[in-house]
Amino acid sequence: MVQVLESVRANRHPYPVKIPRAMSDLLQKVAQSRDVEAFRKLFELYGPRVKSYMMRQGADPTLAEDLAQETLLTVWRKAQLYSDEKGSATTWIFTIARNLRIDRLRREVAWQPLPENRDEEASDAPDPEEQVTERERRDKVRAVLATLPADQSEVVMLSYVEGLSHSEIAERLGLPLGTVKSRMRLAYQKVKEAVEDIR
Amino acid sequence: MKITHHLDDSTLMSCAAGSQPEALAAVVSSHLAVCPRCRAELREHTLIGEALFDALEPEPVVREAPAVQVRAGDATVRADAAMELPRELVAALEGRFDEIAWRRAAPGVWHFPVTLSEGAKGDLRLLKVSPGTKLPEHGHGGSELTIVLDGAYSDEFGTFRRGDVADLGDDAQHRPIADPKQGCICLAASDAKPRFTGWIARMLQPLAGI
Repeated sequence: MVQVLESVRANRHPYPVKIPRAMSDLLQKVAQSRDVEAFRKLFELYGPRVKSYMMRQGADPTLAEDLAQETLLTVWRKAQLYSDEKGSATTWIFTIARNLRIDRLRREVAWQPLPENRDEEASDAPDPEEQVTERERRDKVRAVLATLPADQSEVVMLSYVEGLSHSEIAERLGLPLGTVKSRMRLAYQKVKEAVEDIR
Repeated sequence: MKITHHLDDSTLMSCAAGSQPEALAAVVSSHLAVCPRCRAELREHTLIGEALFDALEPEPVVREAPAVQVRAGDATVRADAAMELPRELVAALEGRFDEIAWRRAAPGVWHFPVTLSEGAKGDLRLLKVSPGTKLPEHGHGGSELTIVLDGAYSDEFGTFRRGDVADLGDDAQHRPIADPKQGCICLAASDAKPRFTGWIARMLQPLAGI
């Protein structure tokens, strides 16, 4: 966790630089023309990150590797549901990994479907300007996360990266539940304000 | 459907992170199914998840990409139409409130436990309150959520109609009254481990002594 926080704080990407636009293009190729080569590239880019995510959520390396395989297989199977008008490829793959984690590591039902399943607001194709905004938003979110006070970034990390519920975070940190929730609210408000600024 | 009571930001964050106990996720999902505003907020929360996911130190993978084939039928996957209730809930209830085997809990109050996954802790339960029934004053812990699925109720915080969710803080006390004409059917979740404890039991205790 510390490592991730540090790289977030330093506003540096710990992974070879990539262009989000290219990710979405790869996923589009998988969706539209069932491009096996594009799929391999997606796996190279996302497999290691999904594996890392699963390990932080408590999977051992072997299981994490299985889940990375399965996540990308799901990406292949459901690629038709993806549209780059509706968000970045990373968000989409993150959501698939997240739901698989709920299913396999917690043995619970993931009640949240893929964001694309009922996305009535996303019918308009984005113009080039909006695509820039999308990229700006991503950068902005990362920058704001890096500047959160330690107590706020801690609860955010425990929720997203370690997969702990409100109660589990409260227990882990020895804090009242209300404090955990209010720290989350504060963190979110900052991210939201920053993102709205660039709209 | 006009929604006036929404989910708290911290609840949406936990949802975007996929860190919500299943019982709570069921109520959140039921609200999101009918609330465009909370769906839009959820997308913002997901940006945080994406940024953190992106910043993870990659873990080298040992195996190659899984073999995939272009199969007939792959292209038939399509998005679900907008739903009023999450599919999982419809499946659990078989979609019919009038055929549920309600269990009487107290005068004017019935309940029906919804089965959760094997790995899930907590409690998910339908509650049916007959028209005009007043419930005793009770509080809610911080990890309890309730959504109105049918009818309405009123309390100190306002009137909660179909789709409205009560995402109350630890210290909230209320004294709900079911709508005098329609009564109220709610889906209530708690992440407490033992079954049928928490606020439902606290609330019903004076009525039924359970």
